[in-house]
Amino acid sequence: MTNSNPIRPASRSQIRNIRFGELYHYRLPLAGIVSILHRVSGLLMFLFLPLLLWLFDLSLSSERSYDRFVQFSQGWIARIVLVGLGWALLHHLCAGIRFLLLDLHLGAERVASSRSSLAVLAVSLPLTLVLALFVFGVF
Amino acid sequence: MAIGSRRVLVGAHYGLRDWLIQRVTAVVLIGFLLLVAASLVVAGRLDYDAWSGVFAPVPMKLATVIAVLALCYHAWIGVRDIWMDYVKPAGVRLALHVGTILWLLYCMVWTVQILWSV
Repeated sequence: MTNSNPIRPASRSQIRNIRFGELYHYRLPLAGIVSILHRVSGLLMFLFLPLLLWLFDLSLSSERSYDRFVQFSQGWIARIVLVGLGWALLHHLCAGIRFLLLDLHLGAERVASSRSSLAVLAVSLPLTLVLALFVFGVF
Repeated sequence: MAIGSRRVLVGAHYGLRDWLIQRVTAVVLIGFLLLVAASLVVAGRLDYDAWSGVFAPVPMKLATVIAVLALCYHAWIGVRDIWMDYVKPAGVRLALHVGTILWLLYCMVWTVQILWSV
């Protein structure tokens, strides 16, 4: 019997990490998607920390700098970045709460953990949409 | 040494301490988010006076400093794990680790300076 599955070759000499070219064939479960997005969102917030601190400084220094902060946050690129960082925070928060519950052995079973990973996206994505509508001035 | 559930934890802690700190700091940060949200609700409006008023009392400044300490420790563990997972050359990894620590320390001091200039 031939084994054409690139993820699990018929014989492999050693346990190794997935190779880059194999990622395309690998179907990541929902919990895995939530997990990798937790990492991506965390790194994103880390990389944008200087921008956030600069904005924090601007918003607090004086009334004039607060006005500059409001003006800056209404720029188009700034709006996109702020919505992106808002998503990062919302996803990181929701997924983080899920991980804390898993650490307490709550919902660690297969079905429950699959459901809770769906719940993370069901909460974080609509909230991001609400944030986006707010940032882009719909309401 | 017994392996498995009876493993005896010794000096290296097998990363248990970092694992625990990352979770404790996460809870601290959730608490701080709720505190800021509650302060804004109490203020009832969003302009410069309301916003700077939130961070004016010294207890709130101290809470913010604690939150930033928690944030930096939390970010250090998370970002360090990312470097350890994806960056294999020891020299590059060491440089990234040192750079991350220095950068987070810089942000920590910067936050203190921002807060006490209000």
